[in-house]
Amino acid sequence: MSTITTTKPAKTGAEPTPSPRKRDDTRLALLFILPALIGFLVFMVWPTLRGIYLSFTKFNLLTPPEFNGLDNYVRMVQDPVFWNALKVTLYYVVINIGLQTVLALIIAVLMQRLTKKTWLRGIVLTPYLVSNVVAAMVFLWVLDYQLGIGNKIIDAIGLDRIAFLSSDTWVIPTIALINVWRHVGYTALLIFAGLQTIPETMYEAGRVDGASEIRMFRSITVPLLRPIIALVLIITVVGSFQVFDTVAITTRGGPVDSSRVLQYYIYDVAFGRFQFGYASAMSVALLIVLVVITFIQYRLTRAESSDLS
Amino acid sequence: MATLTTPVDVPPASPEKIAPEKPGFPAGRTLAWVFMILVIVGSLFPFYWMLRTALSSNNALYAGSDSLLPVQPSWGGFERVFGLQTGQAAIDAGGAGQPISFWHYLINSVIVSTLTTGGQVFFSAMAAYAFARLQWKHREKVVAFFLAGLMIPTIFTLLPNFVLIKQLGLVDTLLGISLPSMLMTPFAVFFLRQFFLGISREVEEAALVEGASKVRVFFRLILPMSTAPIATLSILTYITSWNDYFWPLMVSYTDRSRVLTVALGVFKSQTPSTGPDWSGLMAATLVAALPMLILFCFFARRIVNSIGFSGIK
Repeated sequence: MSTITTTKPAKTGAEPTPSPRKRDDTRLALLFILPALIGFLVFMVWPTLRGIYLSFTKFNLLTPPEFNGLDNYVRMVQDPVFWNALKVTLYYVVINIGLQTVLALIIAVLMQRLTKKTWLRGIVLTPYLVSNVVAAMVFLWVLDYQLGIGNKIIDAIGLDRIAFLSSDTWVIPTIALINVWRHVGYTALLIFAGLQTIPETMYEAGRVDGASEIRMFRSITVPLLRPIIALVLIITVVGSFQVFDTVAITTRGGPVDSSRVLQYYIYDVAFGRFQFGYASAMSVALLIVLVVITFIQYRLTRAESSDLS
Repeated sequence: MATLTTPVDVPPASPEKIAPEKPGFPAGRTLAWVFMILVIVGSLFPFYWMLRTALSSNNALYAGSDSLLPVQPSWGGFERVFGLQTGQAAIDAGGAGQPISFWHYLINSVIVSTLTTGGQVFFSAMAAYAFARLQWKHREKVVAFFLAGLMIPTIFTLLPNFVLIKQLGLVDTLLGISLPSMLMTPFAVFFLRQFFLGISREVEEAALVEGASKVRVFFRLILPMSTAPIATLSILTYITSWNDYFWPLMVSYTDRSRVLTVALGVFKSQTPSTGPDWSGLMAATLVAALPMLILFCFFARRIVNSIGFSGIK
């Protein structure tokens, strides 16, 4: 889930200054980029092209892929499990991102106001340091129907126990919640970092003009935070669509298909049924969804980028 | 995982304007702290619960499920996880009885993460230097090409990469797990390139005038000057690699190449589904989580400050 937001860093210092040895480094440069270039071509570019190609084939891994035109895509459009997976994934993303962004925003603003000490940011980030698998395992236990401390507490305050991971209404919100636990601190720190970029002079100017603190929060912080939130969303939404680990550990798509998110279905089709062609076609569909979302969000960010130049 | 950054060290703002907040409004501040404390408890409680359960004896968990302290404290969970308990003893304690040894997975995880981090950071640094400092034809085009790589979600390349790893005969090997991210990631290249671009040219020119070759400049000058970003990148890469699940799950089939995350999943699926061995499972979970938590203790400041944007100015 790595992201770089570039505003042309290339222009900072790279332009040719007259060098004492103005020689051409092409040979050396080639040597220097060779390993990375091989990695890039072999493990990124080639698989991308191959993934697209495989989506037009019938391929079970043992015999060479057979071209079958649009068969996989036709099957996909008619596959109710695929549409359900897409629906489940979207539902997950909405809950996951909605909850996470709101919580992260509150945490970031509060950290900004209360203390900027590293220890607090460290604690908030701690869940992010462990894997999705670890997070899933812990919550599997904490939310266990019989023995989980979560349900004990719910019991103690007089409510009915919740079958968090085995009821089809709760399963997706629960998985979303588990991943919010792991990622909210990271998201909060991203927003927090964004908050640091708002120049203090703006607040000074506001104070000189006699604006109240609440007024300044509304008219300075919020508008300037918008492009930051938009960037955070690009990063988190794309990551959220790829949910897999938590599902694989906790529910394996169940009960029935109620947590069968798209990535889990793709894995299941590829490694459970060895239908790599069909799995690739669904991957392409997911890729298109991600590209479209990134593009839309990118446009929205651009539209808002006038806020702080 | 991380986002490119010019270190977002908190600016030394004058104290009275740190908070764009109604000054000295105790009720609001108290409420804010209450919320923050809830966040802190929420973040840390699961870790405590992991430890408390791992140190309990499994059979006692059923009666003492709401005890805040370990129930009948015992090392049994850890003993099962490290294969120190006989099969029968493990079954009696509610475990699966299959021999498991997390030492082995721990070592596998260390090897994979080290290979990945070492290779990725070194080769990315070389490429970043070529992109930032060497003069060659088509440089900007190649840079743009790499930059486009950032747009490809890794998840899309996994399936075809698995096919490739299989063709290379590297399925179920540690090298097979490391290889796809061992040579570069676009993120690592641009992370370092951005830093190299900021290094003053004069120092470099001076060395060149004295007759040093560019290779020497890279190893003797640029790399030593960049220890801070290289350390940050290495830590972040190590954590990402350590926590990865999906890709190793595809590639490993047996204990030969199982890393901790995958082993944890296998361990979970082996435990009896009625009356699971929770203390064993939590012990295993803790073993998988602990190395990164320890790493975090040492590098908290560096990791925390590495999170931020570069693009926003």
